Parts: sequence; structure tokens; C-alpha cells
Amino acid sequence: MNSALSAGAPVATPFFFYMLSGLAVIGGILVITRRNAVHSALALIVTLLSVAGLYLMLYAPFVAGVQIIVYAGGIMVLFLFVIMLVNIERASKDRRFNRIWPIGLVAACTLMGLFVSAFVKGRALFPDRGMPLSEGSNTQEIAKALYGEVNRAGQYTFGQYTFAFEIASLLLLVAILGAVIMTKKKI
Amino acid sequence: MNDRLDPMSNLDLDAPDTYLDSNELIINMGPQHPATHGVLRVILKLDGEKVLGTECVIGYLHRGVEKIAENRTYTMFNPYVDRMDYVAAVSNGLGYCEAVEKLLNVEAPARAKYIRVILTELNRIASHQLWLGTHALDIGAMTPLFYTFRDREEILKIFEKYCGARLTTHAFRIGGCQYETYAGFEKDVKNFLTFVAPKIDEYETLLTTNRIWLERTKNVGVISAADAIALGVTGPVLRASGVKWDLRKAQPYAAYADFDFEIPIGENGDTYDRYLVRMAEMRQSLRIIEQAVNGIPEGPIMGKVPKVIKPPVGEIYHSIEAPKGELGYFIVSDGSTQPYRIRVRPPSFVNLQALDIMVRGLLVADVIAVIGTLDIVLGEVDR
Amino acid sequence: MPNFIMSYLGSTLTPGQAGNQFWALIYVLIIFAGVSVAVIAMNWIERKALAHFQIRLGPMRVGPHGLLQPFADALKLMLKEDIIPSEADQFVFWVAPLIGLLAAFTVYTVIPFGPSQAVSDMNIGILFMLGVSSLGVLGIVVAGWASNSHYPLIGALRSSAQMVSYEVAMGLAVVSAIVMTSLNSTGTGTLSMIGIVQAQQQQGVWFIFKFFPLGFIAFGIFAIAMVAETNRAPFDMAEAESELTAGYHTEYSGLRWSLFMLAEYAAMIAVSSIAVTLWLGGWMRPFPNLLHAPAWDFIFSLFPGLTFGALAAIALLGTVRMPSHSFFKIQRVGLAVFAGLLGLIALLLLVIAVAGRSADSGLAARFNDGIGYVYWFVLKVSVFMYLFIWYRATWPRYRFDQLMKIGWKVMLPISLGVLVVTAIVGVIF
Repeated sequence: MNSALSAGAPVATPFFFYMLSGLAVIGGILVITRRNAVHSALALIVTLLSVAGLYLMLYAPFVAGVQIIVYAGGIMVLFLFVIMLVNIERASKDRRFNRIWPIGLVAACTLMGLFVSAFVKGRALFPDRGMPLSEGSNTQEIAKALYGEVNRAGQYTFGQYTFAFEIASLLLLVAILGAVIMTKKKI
Repeated sequence: MNDRLDPMSNLDLDAPDTYLDSNELIINMGPQHPATHGVLRVILKLDGEKVLGTECVIGYLHRGVEKIAENRTYTMFNPYVDRMDYVAAVSNGLGYCEAVEKLLNVEAPARAKYIRVILTELNRIASHQLWLGTHALDIGAMTPLFYTFRDREEILKIFEKYCGARLTTHAFRIGGCQYETYAGFEKDVKNFLTFVAPKIDEYETLLTTNRIWLERTKNVGVISAADAIALGVTGPVLRASGVKWDLRKAQPYAAYADFDFEIPIGENGDTYDRYLVRMAEMRQSLRIIEQAVNGIPEGPIMGKVPKVIKPPVGEIYHSIEAPKGELGYFIVSDGSTQPYRIRVRPPSFVNLQALDIMVRGLLVADVIAVIGTLDIVLGEVDR
Repeated sequence: MPNFIMSYLGSTLTPGQAGNQFWALIYVLIIFAGVSVAVIAMNWIERKALAHFQIRLGPMRVGPHGLLQPFADALKLMLKEDIIPSEADQFVFWVAPLIGLLAAFTVYTVIPFGPSQAVSDMNIGILFMLGVSSLGVLGIVVAGWASNSHYPLIGALRSSAQMVSYEVAMGLAVVSAIVMTSLNSTGTGTLSMIGIVQAQQQQGVWFIFKFFPLGFIAFGIFAIAMVAETNRAPFDMAEAESELTAGYHTEYSGLRWSLFMLAEYAAMIAVSSIAVTLWLGGWMRPFPNLLHAPAWDFIFSLFPGLTFGALAAIALLGTVRMPSHSFFKIQRVGLAVFAGLLGLIALLLLVIAVAGRSADSGLAARFNDGIGYVYWFVLKVSVFMYLFIWYRATWPRYRFDQLMKIGWKVMLPISLGVLVVTAIVGVIF
């Protein structure tokens, strides 16, 4: 019998990982190199969807779902609205690489250094490093126990991290009010 | 006309066509458009989505009817009149024939007057039914159109049996009617009355209390009574603004003085009131037809009219209450067989001028509803 | 091989859960074919039903009673010249209908036609559905922009603004249905679609009737929002012909336009399936608990066969009433063949129903169960499809600002209120 028929085992993980991350990186590169703003937005959508796929591979289905709904389906629509309503032809004729590019290079190198150090230090940075998360074993059970299942996500959000949740929603409310006040001619 | 009512005062056609710096935009609803009821061109000046003013460009259907009249005898001109308001052709013919009869100082016999009233009221119902179907279609309800056209068929069948034509009937002659009513005319008309009364209720169930219809038509295209009178608007548009003025009661012509009917009026002068007024008018027309068909007097159908119609020198203005408003004929005779000048006062032409003041402040989607509610026919706007 | 098939048919897991890629692929193909057939049938039904509402007949010439009209339309659209505006962005113009189509069809991976008849029962099923249908908005926005013309752009932005607004109310109505799934003995709800239907089964009530009228109001909000979501009447201002803005698919011709139409109908069927799953008990037959005797099971299992039998009878009636002029000979024969086909299917279903009555777990019984599930699900979805057409025939359309006002000022507060009250009532009882 095909081993893929056994429940819960991950299937072809390296293939999907490299495909999704490759897509995400290519999408990112296209975002910053395309001249046409709508093309950049579409490439960003590809990146966001690949990241959602990566979340799925990390057994965080709720985050993946919310990523698609909020980011790809909501925020990108907003991006596209703004791009289409505002005349950005003028901006696309400007030079794309402006004069302060050394600062950008420094910032990018710093960020990369952060990532490299995280990778090198590895699992030592995370508290649950003792768990053997090897392929082929029932990793789904482990992930469920740790973070993944939607129940647990809900319990954490409204239990341990309620305050952070409320502060975040307050922040969003302030942003919305600010946008309304700035753009409406009369209330 | 004071500046507020002047449609050209609000429209600056030389303004630069920018739409990012300011929010103003000039949009053209071209002569070819599914919703302008004929070849009407409307230039809208918009502020974002709101309408600041409009200008109607007409003349796409101008056929020179009034000029043609100067080269035709009075009898020859009779068929031309139907082609102006082609939806309510019988009313056009009635107005013209009565105007010439007044000029000749001839009166149609009583039987002819009753037949004229019956056919004119049938035509009023047909015109209102067409209006209802197309107006509802503009607002998005696609079904009442088919219902009203199906019921309108019965009226057109009666016309066809009477004079051979459905639309441009040429039903009347100067001095009376040419054709005697066919055998079974009264029966057909009475059958029609019982047939159509529940159908009008059917149209009402679809629209009158429908909340989408209410939201689309209430407080849309309001015109106050004072503005309506100042602009010369007549017909259901005037009556929906609260002015109880109907030429059939105010200056009775044909046999209308013999009948008992009411003049429905509205309160607010918005699109919904115009809808209600026209629905009520259909019912009142049914009342008139019933009284008329039950009492058609016997007698001749043609008055004492000379073979060659040569009215004495003079002029006359005679107007009737067409389905769309006051339809007037101003005829100047110089004593010959051909009129010196015929000037038609079409109700749609004058009502259309109220469009500008009715759509100020509305959204673009409402402009179409307001054009529909004015019930204009370009044939008589342009002549 | 038969063992393989039997082992699958007896499985209680969906192919996705079981990791069975072969069957998952088969399911995907069946769903793809089924949805395409459903869209074609829906096209015919819409034209005929709309016509009958308007006291006319609709297509009658292309095939008997217009049955071949959708195929003729599809053929015509495929053969039309493919016009691309010269100033339009070629790549984006090409990709826009695909985005909408992908979004509309991907929703079907989570829709359950039975307790194990779904492509994959994700444990975030509803979340997946909401997310993917919000991707459909992108297709519309991009289509309007790619046409490089002022009116389609405005129409596309309006369509997408409308869809985004009603997604909020839709999501909240969905959440109140999810809250109801947690009102079972263990106190844990589920986001998986099959889990939702099983929760209705366990609690013995369709969620539309639960805590009456709360479930009903939530269902009503979803039913209205899904009409707005798919840009159908009375919320179709953005694509109406008599308005100035001509709609996002103006510049598309031929096959590309038909992709938009396909995406629209597929989205309609998808959201109706969601409504059926969440509130109307999914694949369950009516009164599973009240009338649970085997006799009632048998009677209800006869319904699929009887339905096809009724359809065959209607087709036969049409054949008999067709004029006997030689012009109609081909149509008569065609309709008779169609009636015969329907009758054969009816016979087959009745045989399976009868055979599956006696045996408890034989092949016939399992087929019987499966057919029953799919039949009740499709029946409920068909009711919604008919409602879509009925709305279009009857009502005028809302003005765009009125539409947005309803979405934000009426639907959102009501759905929030229903959610809160449902949660409170659920805790108390």
C-alpha cells in the first residue's frame, strides 16, 4: 500500500518548501523591479500566497487562512484601489534607485545579519527545542499540541494575550478614524 | 426666467476637462443610450458623483413637421400629427382636429365626441402602460415591461379593428370620425375594462410597496409646485407636485364635461408621486371609458364640414390634455386651404426643460430615473 | 483493484484526510465537470425561467425547448474574435479572468457533498472558503484596470467595493453559525465544513432553526450578502446596461468574457453551497431525527429516482405536445431521447434505492447512501439558484450608494448583534 495513505504524514515537504519559498522570493524581486505598479501589486499577491502556504507547512492553518483573507484578499485590494485611483504615472518616470542607496544597503545587511544569526543559533532560541520534530513521525499531533489547531489559537488569543489583542484592535480603530477624518470633506 | 431655473447658468462648457485637480467632470449621455427613451443627448456636469447641472441637446429626431404643415392642406396634414407623439397618436389627432374645427366654427356631433373620448382614453392607458414598463426597466425591474406590453396589445387590437392601424392611427377627421364603430366595438371595450382592471393591480403589487422601488423613487427628482408652474410643466408631472390642473376639467373639450371622474394629485412632486398619479390616472380613464361606452348616443359621426377645408383668416390656440401633458396647437390661417403656420406645443418639450432643476444634487443613476419619470417622447420634443 | 475501490467507498474519511491522492484527483475532476455542467444548466434555466416570469417562452429553437442553447452560446463565444484593446496591459488582461475563475473553483475543494464526499476536509474549511472568495475580488479589480478605459475601471472599483463590504457581514454571519457548532457536549466547535454538518446532525436541528429566530436572521444576512457578493440583482448596479458605467467586463469578448460568466455562476453555486452547509444541514435529508424509522429512510431514499422520473415525465409531456409539423421532427426525436435518458437514470436510481434497502453494508447500500447525500445537497443548492433567478426577475436594482449604505449600516450591525446574542444564548442554554 502506498505510504501516503497513512493519515497525517507530511508529503513531499522539501519539494513544497523550496517551491513556495522560491515563489515568495521571485515574487518579492518582481515587486521591486517592475515598472508598472499594478504588476508589482500582483507579484506581491503571489508572495503573500506563498507565505500562506509556508504557514500551512508549519502547521499553522489558522494563520494561513487569515493571511489569505486579510492580507491577500483585503489589503492587496486596498493597494490596488489606491494604485488605480491615484495618478502614479509621474512617479514611475522618476529614477528608481535614488541617491541614498547606501543607507538602504546598510539596513538590508543588518536585517540579513539578524536572519543569519537566527539560523545559526537555530533551535536554541526557541523554548520548546527539546521536542524531536522529525519527518515521518506524527508531527501533526505535536504541532496540534503546541500551536497549530484553531482552538488553541483562539484560546491563546482570548486567554493569555487578550490585552495585546485589544491594544492591536484599538490601534486599528485609531488608524481607521484617522483615515476618515483626513479624507472626508465634511463629517 | 430667473437665474435659478435657467439651465445654462450652472453649466460652464468651456471648463477644462480635468478630473483629478478638481472633482468636476462633464459627461455625455449620448444620443444612443439604452435609457434615454429615444435620441436624446444629455450633457451632465458632475461633481464627483453628484450632478451639478444638465443640458439637453435635442433635435436628433427633428423632421420639420411644422414646416411641412405649411405646404399641406389641413386634411393632408392630419396623418403627420400622429407621428409626433407616436406613443399616444390618437391624442395628437384629437387635438389637431378639434383645433381646426374651432377655426372652422364647426362642432363634431355627439356620437363622434363619445367615440373620440373612448379612443383617447384607451390611448392614455396604453401610453401610461408603455411608460410604466420602460420606467421600471430603467430602474432595474425587468418584468413589468412584459406585463404592460401584453396588456397594451388588447388596446392596439381594438385600434386595429377600428381604423386599421395600431400605432399611428389617424383615427379622427376634421369634423368627426370617418369610421363608424365596428360591430362588437362596445363589447370589446367592455371586455377590455374587465380585463385590465386587475392587471393594473398586478403592476401595483410588483412595485408600489417594494422597498427597493421606494428607495429609488422617493425624494428623487423633486420639483415644487411653484417651479413647475414657472417652467410651464403640465400633465402628471404638474399634478404630482400638488397642482390640481387638468384640461379635461378646467377647459372641457370633446365630451369630457358629461363624465364624472377625478383628478389624482400627489404631494411631494417626486418620482414616486408621479408614479402613483399615473397609476391613478389609468384607473380614472377606465371610469371614463365605462361611462362613455355605456352611453354612446346615436347619430351621425361627421359634422357639417365643407369638402374643401378653407378656414377663415384668423388664428387659434387649442390645447388638450394629452397623456404627457398639455398638447397645444396654434394654427394661423390666411384663408387658403393650407395653413399659414402651425405651431405645436408639445408637452414633452416643455417638461424636458424641468430636467435640469430636477436632477441637481442627485446621483448619476438617478438622472436616468428622472428622465423616465418625465415620460418624454422624442418624436414630439423634436417634431 | 476492486478491493481498492471498495476500501475507498467504505472509508469514512475524505480523500484529502486519507492522503489518497488518486481519489482526490478523481474528485477534483468530478467536481470540475459537475460545476461546468451545473453552470451550463444554470444558463439554460436562467433564460427559460426569466422568460417565463416575463410571460414569454425563451429559447425554443436551438434544440427542443432550447436545451442546446447553452452549447450554442458556448460555441459562439469560442469562435468569436478575441479583441484586446491596443492600449491594454496584455499580461494583466489575460490573467484577470483566470484569477476570478481560480478563486471561484478553488472553493469547491472544501464543499462537502456527503460525510466523506469532499475533496479535502480541512480543519479550517470555512476560513479557507472566506479567504479564497475574497481572492475573487482581485480578479475583478484587475480586469477593470486592464481594460485601460475609464468606465470599466469605475465599474470594477464599484463591484469590488461592494463585494468587500458585503464580505464583512457575510463573515460575521458565518461566525455566528460556527458559534452554534460549539454548543455540543464537549463545548468545542469546529471550522471544518463536514464538522459543521455533523454538529447539526448531532444537535438534531438545522442551524437555520436553532434558537429561532437567531439562526434564521443569520441565515438571512448570509443570503442577502451572498447575492451582493456575486453581483447579482438587486445588487447588480455595477454591471447593468442602462447605467453609465458599463461594468468591468466590457472590453472582454468571446472566450474571455465567457470565463467571467463561468466564474460568476460558479461563485453563485459555491456561496449557495456554503449557505446550505452552514444552515440547511448540508447533505442531510429532511427530518432525520423526527422520522428515523427504516420505512421513512426508504421513502426518502426514493426521492432521487422520483425526481428524475418527474423530470422525465415533463420531458415526455413536452414531446407529446410538440406540434406534429415535419419541421419539429428532429426536436421531437431529440426531446424523446432526452426523456428516455432521464427515465433510465430514474430507473437506475430507483433500483439502487430498492436494492440498498435490504442490505446494510453492501455495495448497493453504500451507493444508495452516497446518492442520497449528493441528491439532498444538490436539491437545496438548486433552490438557492432558483431564488437567484427569481430575485433578478422581480426586483429593481439598488443605487450604488444605497447598496453600500445597506451593507455597512444595516447588515453589519445586525450580524454583529446576532453574533453576540447567539453567543450569550448559547452560553445560557
